[in-house]
Amino acid sequence: MLIPVILITSFIVFFIINLAPGDVVAQLTGGDATQEEIAQVRAQLGLDQPILIRYIKYLGGLLHGDLGTSYVTGRSVYASYMEKLPATLQLALASIFVSILISIPLGISSAVHQGSIRDNVGMVAALLGLSMPNFWLGLLLIIVFALNLGWLPSGGSDGFKSIILPAITVGTGLTAMLTRTTRSSMLDVIRQDYLRTARAKGVPERLVIRKHALKNALIPVITVIGTQLGSCLGGAILTETVFSWPGVGRLILDAVNSRDIPMVTGCIVLKTITISIILLIVDLLYAVVDPRIRAQYSKGGK
Amino acid sequence: MTEKKRVPASRRYAKRSQTAEIWHRLCKNKGAMLGLLIMIVIVCIAIGAGFLLDYDKDVIGQNISQRLQHPSWAHPMGTDATGRDMMYRIFYGARYSLSIGIISVLIALVIGVTLGVIAGYCGGVVGEIIMRGSDAVAAIPSILMAIAIVSAFGQSMLNLMLAVGVTSVPQFIRITHAATLTVRNQEYVEASRCLGLHQWQIILFHVLPNCLSPIIVQTTLRVASAIISASSLSFLGLGVPAPMPEWGGMLSAGRSYIRTHSYLTLFPGLAIMITVLALNLLGDGLRDALDPKLKGKK
Amino acid sequence: MEENNTVLQIENLTVHYVLEDETVEAVNGINLSLQRGKVLGLVGETGAGKTTTGLACMRLIPNPPGVIKTGRVLIDGTDLMTLPEMKMNDVRGKEISMIFQDPMTSLNPAFTVGEQIAESVQLHDHVSKDAAYKKAQEMLELVGIPAERAGEYPHQFSGGMRQRVVIAIALTCNPKLLIADEPTTALDVTIQAQVLDMMKQLIEKYQTSVIMITHDLGIVAEICDEVAVMYAGSIVERGTLEDIFNNTMHPYTEGLFNSLPNIGHRGEDLKPIPGLMPDPTNLPEGCAFAPRCAYAGESCKCVRPELRAVSDTHFVACNAYSRKDFSIERSKPHE
Repeated sequence: MLIPVILITSFIVFFIINLAPGDVVAQLTGGDATQEEIAQVRAQLGLDQPILIRYIKYLGGLLHGDLGTSYVTGRSVYASYMEKLPATLQLALASIFVSILISIPLGISSAVHQGSIRDNVGMVAALLGLSMPNFWLGLLLIIVFALNLGWLPSGGSDGFKSIILPAITVGTGLTAMLTRTTRSSMLDVIRQDYLRTARAKGVPERLVIRKHALKNALIPVITVIGTQLGSCLGGAILTETVFSWPGVGRLILDAVNSRDIPMVTGCIVLKTITISIILLIVDLLYAVVDPRIRAQYSKGGK
Repeated sequence: MTEKKRVPASRRYAKRSQTAEIWHRLCKNKGAMLGLLIMIVIVCIAIGAGFLLDYDKDVIGQNISQRLQHPSWAHPMGTDATGRDMMYRIFYGARYSLSIGIISVLIALVIGVTLGVIAGYCGGVVGEIIMRGSDAVAAIPSILMAIAIVSAFGQSMLNLMLAVGVTSVPQFIRITHAATLTVRNQEYVEASRCLGLHQWQIILFHVLPNCLSPIIVQTTLRVASAIISASSLSFLGLGVPAPMPEWGGMLSAGRSYIRTHSYLTLFPGLAIMITVLALNLLGDGLRDALDPKLKGKK
Repeated sequence: MEENNTVLQIENLTVHYVLEDETVEAVNGINLSLQRGKVLGLVGETGAGKTTTGLACMRLIPNPPGVIKTGRVLIDGTDLMTLPEMKMNDVRGKEISMIFQDPMTSLNPAFTVGEQIAESVQLHDHVSKDAAYKKAQEMLELVGIPAERAGEYPHQFSGGMRQRVVIAIALTCNPKLLIADEPTTALDVTIQAQVLDMMKQLIEKYQTSVIMITHDLGIVAEICDEVAVMYAGSIVERGTLEDIFNNTMHPYTEGLFNSLPNIGHRGEDLKPIPGLMPDPTNLPEGCAFAPRCAYAGESCKCVRPELRAVSDTHFVACNAYSRKDFSIERSKPHE
């Protein structure tokens, strides 16, 4: 499943970027380079060969785990990606954390009070998060907390304080999806007979919801968290731009702008792999939550 | 017991036609009505702005003496760095944002639904290729894909629509594919096949109408996200070229004055948010109205 | 002396489900009482309000839409309706337990059966987790499941086994009252008999009072001491097992008996009750059963019958008995 996706993805990216007018050579050599110099650089980078051959060579490299080197910096794509990954990972985890912190209580309370004002307000709030352009929210947060109140830095990445605003920005965007998933999943569970059994045992309502219902409602929630984590790891290009966060997103954006084909393709291949790993972990998490899935695993393992 | 309580309610609806029933359900949804109302207002503004505003004078005409005025009665949303009235520009910008959103989604709709129906109806190798291709496109972050397309084909409004459209294609493929698969093996499709109808007739008259409700819902919601994507691209400087009053571009321009003139970033963003919120409310309402089984699950 | 023996007393209980534009009158002013160690069969068709009555005793009517309009439910003299919710949690599972109809859905799939039984013990007996789990294992043995299966999940059990687990949950804290809502309906016939037999033993062992909600008169004959027949949210006839089975008074009860196939008279046609139960959102003004009743007279259509005593133990709500010489077919001497 992973390999064909990587193949097609890298193919699409490789070709689209290649279509772009102006190439990396012009940027590397500057305006006043002679024809020979340009030709030399082209040959050096292998750009004198037809695109298909370049792509096949690139694939050959991929097979050996070689993602190529950047046209611009000459550094290995893998190294550059890994250098930026920690910052992106931090931001991704922090954003997911923010999102979970808002969404799960909101989703649960909406489900429990289905149809009430609380439910409607909760849902509109979640929708508001979805409807706000991320970069705008980022700018608003900067205006309020960095410029007017001066509590938090408006950009960069030093220390805990600087991650708060970007994390809220990205997290809010994720909230809508997660809140809705939590709510609908809880609604499915809340009507189940086993909650009535729990109540009949004398389990306090709070525990009925938090323990008995939530554990059963978690699977779709975990799925969404997993996919969101995956997409966050791809780099939040806009948020990273707004907050000058040195993550993967900006690495890719810069690479696209400078037509650095190996860099863009490599980053996207790496991202696809990272997402697959995350989804695998999510699959394993299912087993922790749901004994029925766990049973299947142990059966399959034998 | 629960079932029994519901019976009288459905009995009451049975008299109306299907469309009227859907409309009735939509009308009961306050959120959807609010969304619809806001959309009507925005569309009116967009159309009205075309008639009432002089593009050269009111929208892109510079007036340095009036530059960077804070909101006042004369300029309710202030003026920008070259003295253009923000309110006029935002009103006029509705034309761009709406048309970019709608046209790009229409592009995605046509491509996506065609491919989705083919994949679902034909299946086999063709279907597999289409679906895997769609997965691959979906694996590329949509904003990145759009950036790549715009930078490849050059910066213009058409390319922006194309770029935003292409990123929505996989979604449409997926839902049409799923809907087609469920419809394909229904008995009435079998029956029309037995009657000797052409493939395309079956697709057009039997398969497509039954995929319609998820597609309608998806279209509404996608227009919302397309508006955000388009403004994001403009914000990165890859969208609509400069003097045109596109909301994302205005935001980007206002960003330089964020310390002193924050209203320049506030109002365009607000415009995007309200439009997108309205579309999302409407889309959610439509989903509930078209598929009452999902009611309350959003 | 007799007063002390009353475990459950329901007085004038009325439960309505208030929907957007209609009100379902599920239970309409019923009165019941139950002595220690007795088993009361609550009999009636689906939708007669049996389950609602049971849930009302636990104060577990889903609200909204359910509202307990009036009435008191006394357990050992304490009115549950006025207890604060926190106190009510101590009553549920400890004083009253309930068993639900469908064992396939009434266990939480995400916890082991042992945990689910132990939870009840932990909540009410305030013991350690380990002690509770031990108790849970003992309970499992008691309902005929090997103790080592306590660590398994509900999906690993069959329907009958699950119902045993549900019963174990309900009985762990030795409640005064057990409300069993069609506990065997969803099970195979052979399993039904096993489960019923087991329940009977446990009830006798612990001297638990039971409300057995069922539509199966066979089960009633098997384990009940008293019977209350419900129709459209009201009790139409109440008495000892003997009263109801051998001295049937109410036309509806008669109808229930007539709906049963009789192996001895296979040639005879079944005599089902004609028609359907009235719409609970729109109950008739008079006797709710009148439209389907073969004996209904004019007065039945406009006067709602009151439950009146026929003997010390036997009560019936039927206007026809105001006619001097009235009796139903069943009570007439045969042959």
